[in-house]
Amino acid sequence: MKYSITVTLKKDVLDPQGKVVQDTLKNIGLNLKNIRQGKYFEIEVNEKDQAIAEKNIDEMCKKLLVNLIIEDYKINKL
Amino acid sequence: MRSSVIVFPGSNCDRDIAVALEKMEFKNQMVWHKETKLPKTDLIVLPGGFSYGDYLRSGAIAGKSLIIDEVIKAANGGCLVLGICNGFQILTETGLLKGTLLRNKELKFINKDVQIKVMNNKTKFSNKYKKDEVLKINIAHNEGNFFTNDYHLNQLNKENLIAFKYCDEKGTTNDFSNPNGSMENIAGIYNAKKNILGMMPHPERMVDKLISNTDGSNLFKSILN
Repeated sequence: MKYSITVTLKKDVLDPQGKVVQDTLKNIGLNLKNIRQGKYFEIEVNEKDQAIAEKNIDEMCKKLLVNLIIEDYKINKL
Repeated sequence: MRSSVIVFPGSNCDRDIAVALEKMEFKNQMVWHKETKLPKTDLIVLPGGFSYGDYLRSGAIAGKSLIIDEVIKAANGGCLVLGICNGFQILTETGLLKGTLLRNKELKFINKDVQIKVMNNKTKFSNKYKKDEVLKINIAHNEGNFFTNDYHLNQLNKENLIAFKYCDEKGTTNDFSNPNGSMENIAGIYNAKKNILGMMPHPERMVDKLISNTDGSNLFKSILN
């Protein structure tokens, strides 16, 4: 089974990189309301049981992939 | 006094801190991150650098290395732990210190001497300094923008756990004297028991007049005191 994980900065955490990208998009004439930069992971697991696989992926996020103080994450099955 | 410097792949201030510790007459040992046992030690130092090339997040991978379980055990047992720069980032990733270090506000790597103010001079790390003493110490980082939640920030203030704040020559702390966007100009913090200090500035670079100044010496002398 394969999963994707999207990690983004929490709403109230300043995202200076996103801000620069946003300003640059505006400068080249592409209008937008808001942009937040993040990280993306694809994880493949051998586990056949979906519930267990998702629990394992969640543990990976909490223990290493995500800094819960400043980041939110979303897990999607691919 | 015995000290142990933990060395990760990508640490690059490990030799500097070892030289500083030996100059101050610590009996120092270097400990490779793959070790599973710490030597008997009174002080553990997590040095500056770019452990694991800052992959994932600064300090994140080092924060899960083999030796870290031993560091956490020792720290919880009261051993003194000093994290400098990348070492501070590692301490937050292990959870030994709360909060985190975000990318500098202006998105630039900053390497310069800045002023910091001693906020609490009643700890094992700061008793040789005067309260509000202004030190000139080098910073060299890309992720030094201290961030934490309101609850922790409140605790830091209430329990006197802020070690150093960025300031100007006169000791004024404001946006102009804040190089990286840190909350309340925070440059270093203690844990609740004050046996763990994490700081972005590099005191080990300020122990010799020949190359800089000696404003960092009293941090090491405090530990020996």
